[in-house]
Amino acid sequence: MKKSNNAKPITENDSRQAQFRLLLAVPLSALAVGLGYAVLSLPSQAPGLSDHVAAKLEISGVSNPVTAVLLNFRGYDTLLELGVLLLALLGVWSLGAAPKRREPSPGLVLELLSRLLVPLLILVAGYLLWVGGHAPGGAFQAGSVLATAGVLLLLAGWRLDTRFSGLPLRLALVAGLGVFLLVAVVLMLAGGHLLEYPPSFAGALILLIEAAATFSIGTALAALFLGGRPEKGSHR
Amino acid sequence: METVTLLQPVFDTLLGLALLWLAWRALASPDLFKAIVLFITFGLLMVLAWVRLDAPDVALAEAAIGTGLTGALLLAALTRLNSKSDAKSVHEKEQQRKAHN
Repeated sequence: MKKSNNAKPITENDSRQAQFRLLLAVPLSALAVGLGYAVLSLPSQAPGLSDHVAAKLEISGVSNPVTAVLLNFRGYDTLLELGVLLLALLGVWSLGAAPKRREPSPGLVLELLSRLLVPLLILVAGYLLWVGGHAPGGAFQAGSVLATAGVLLLLAGWRLDTRFSGLPLRLALVAGLGVFLLVAVVLMLAGGHLLEYPPSFAGALILLIEAAATFSIGTALAALFLGGRPEKGSHR
Repeated sequence: METVTLLQPVFDTLLGLALLWLAWRALASPDLFKAIVLFITFGLLMVLAWVRLDAPDVALAEAAIGTGLTGALLLAALTRLNSKSDAKSVHEKEQQRKAHN
């Protein structure tokens, strides 16, 4: 932390900050009382929706209730979540280009470990994606493990070739949302409601959406780590 | 088995208290690097809390996104913040020298 050489404005700021903190205490205590009231007034036995989910699990195409809710019964929420992730990346990219910093040699340990770990992480991501159908796992978990592989590569000094940092990268980023929307629209045109999968191939559709989403989430999170728009055409 | 069931409430209480303490330390720490490390530690304990709440899906997401990637993102942001403020202070010093001359 660096302090300014001029001491006077700091004391003024301090007193203003103290006043602000005192003012802040009023809404915060109101919030605390409201939250406490909400928690205390919760019914002790909430019925919940787990019975409904269990009753309809057979037609959802998967046997893991969490995946059934996320990708089938409430698929709309997951669709919007993918959009939010894309918006976050858009925000970061709009702030400027990625910092051009040639990292010094990453060192023997990081280089060797990243070579060893990246294939393993990709394998784990694939496993999490596949296992999501019947056990804890799924697109977001698999995508973030994939992104961890990307972050490790970025830390080891690897950068995306400029040939791929334009359209191919953007296509990879929107693939998840695109496939999701495509499935939704095709199902709507086929006569159903938005994201109403026919039970006979719901499992295959969910796996397709999750695979595309995993790829996109992994790419988006790794691109977030880069901290800016990868510049096209410039040598990095 | 008996002792395990007896120890569970103790473990849960300790976990809850540790979470609250870590959250407070992370918020109150003036050193940003320390705050980030505390936040990552908080996330790791939060994973245990999700497992205790029988929510392995959320625990997986918390471990991968909430702790791993967010921690890496925060550290990267801190590095950029420091390098930027360093560059700025050098720039300001040059300006001051020019004004002085």
